[in-house]
Amino acid sequence: MKVGILALQGGFYEHLHMLRRLAQETGWSIEPVLVKKPSSLRGLDAVIIPGGESTTIGVVARRVGLLDELRDLLESGLPAMGTCAGAALLAKSVRDRVVGETKQPLLAVMNIEVVRNYYGRQRESFEVDLKILALGEKPFRGVFIRAPAITKLWGRAEAIAELDGVTVAAEEDGKLALAFHPELTGDTRIHRYFLEKVKR
Amino acid sequence: MTLPPYHVGVERARLYEVGFDRIVDFFYRLAEAADRLREDGWFQYGPEKLPEYIEIPARGTLRVKYGFPVFQKGGVCMDVTNTEQAGIAEEAGAASVMVLDKLPYDVRRQGGVARMADVKVIQQVMDTVTIPVMAKVRIGHYYEAAILESIGVDMIDESEVLTPVDEKHHINKWLFKVPFVNGARNLGEALRRITEGAAMIRTKGEAGTGNVAEAVRHMKIIVKEIWSLRGMTPEERMRVAREYGVPHQLVELTARLGRLPVVNFAAGGIATPADAALMMWLGADGVFVGSGIFKSSDPRERAAAIVLATSMWDDPETVAEAQAMISEQKSMMGIDIRKLKPEELLQVRGD
Repeated sequence: MKVGILALQGGFYEHLHMLRRLAQETGWSIEPVLVKKPSSLRGLDAVIIPGGESTTIGVVARRVGLLDELRDLLESGLPAMGTCAGAALLAKSVRDRVVGETKQPLLAVMNIEVVRNYYGRQRESFEVDLKILALGEKPFRGVFIRAPAITKLWGRAEAIAELDGVTVAAEEDGKLALAFHPELTGDTRIHRYFLEKVKR
Repeated sequence: MTLPPYHVGVERARLYEVGFDRIVDFFYRLAEAADRLREDGWFQYGPEKLPEYIEIPARGTLRVKYGFPVFQKGGVCMDVTNTEQAGIAEEAGAASVMVLDKLPYDVRRQGGVARMADVKVIQQVMDTVTIPVMAKVRIGHYYEAAILESIGVDMIDESEVLTPVDEKHHINKWLFKVPFVNGARNLGEALRRITEGAAMIRTKGEAGTGNVAEAVRHMKIIVKEIWSLRGMTPEERMRVAREYGVPHQLVELTARLGRLPVVNFAAGGIATPADAALMMWLGADGVFVGSGIFKSSDPRERAAAIVLATSMWDDPETVAEAQAMISEQKSMMGIDIRKLKPEELLQVRGD
């Protein structure tokens, strides 16, 4: 399984580390690829878009010609997981809690609306145990850092995790948008959930 | 006659005859009251105590504090002095902005005491950009830091570019929930700052010069010192820990990781895309650009070019493309570090 990790800016090494751990735990053969140029997109089975600053990732991706090629692949069905900034890039609509509309470049492939900095600034960043039915009984530690939230879902998009009635994880046709950072926890269940579908 | 230490009882404090001892008595009683309050947990040194219990949701945890800089990696933090510059930085793809009163180059030019930026300006910038906003405090200035935390700045830079208020001590950063970044010129300095609670390190370089030479020197020193740790016996590492004045476990961890245990950015004199790519190649996780952008005559293009070169540092073709986006004739003039007098160096502040 060839899994690309968009490596322009943000926590891409942390996802790389999680994929290696997952491969050890499950015995699956996972080949992680750091994606910085359109040429590294060839032959990928899935792609991960890490947390970071979504404006930065979008601006650089457009500059190096990744944005349009990646969007084409995602539209034709390539599975993707976006965490935090990654979730914003996958969304069709992005707003900021304070500033409102943003003009940032997006991949726009999921039928969700993401509100950036939903919980406030770094001071308001937090950790909390989430109930995610798809992962079983054991709670999943959600690490929310200047985190967004998913405020609207339409079409085939479905919520898979909520916090106080607000969606923090959504799924649509093999694409996963998360407001929190599973790569900072050492718990591989979300990466496993994502790649199990890719394997099939 | 011996002077009593100032918490000791009134009887022994009679330094003066009639009259004045009543005032002394009064002050001692105040001191006693402060002691009692401290015992009851009402009065403490520093702005806030870390909670011993865990609140749900847990705010300001180590994971949240140390996680924030992780999502700055591969990015550029740009110095700005107003909302207009902050907007240009965000559009160009900066991962964050640092609000200052004066750019380091102007700090050098104007002299005087350099303090934290205007609170109103910081708040305006926070209201106009979606990316994180950082601001600088003077070394050792607990109260500037407490103010920045209370208005909600995302990260605090305890910076040698401003005039230090404490020549001997840095802020105890464990007291704060907001993450701190500190400067360092060598491994000992970096590990001391981490021991004090810094969540991120930046190599100091020589700010406001437009000359990246010192930043290169500091990065190479840190890398060299980490690699020499790896070749040492545990006893030798124990000696190094004592020499640096840091916990032995931190030295062991650094040796095992082969890098600093927190995110490490480069700073000080970065003025072109090639400078930024060079610092990334030397092992920086990202860069701070100070006067380099808004002291040049092509800030928009230069900001975008430096962002591109930082992300794509390992691809010389793209860095060449980034370098072609700017013109050397529009770069900031720069200052030859060898022509600076020793007292004009900023990097030596706060060891």
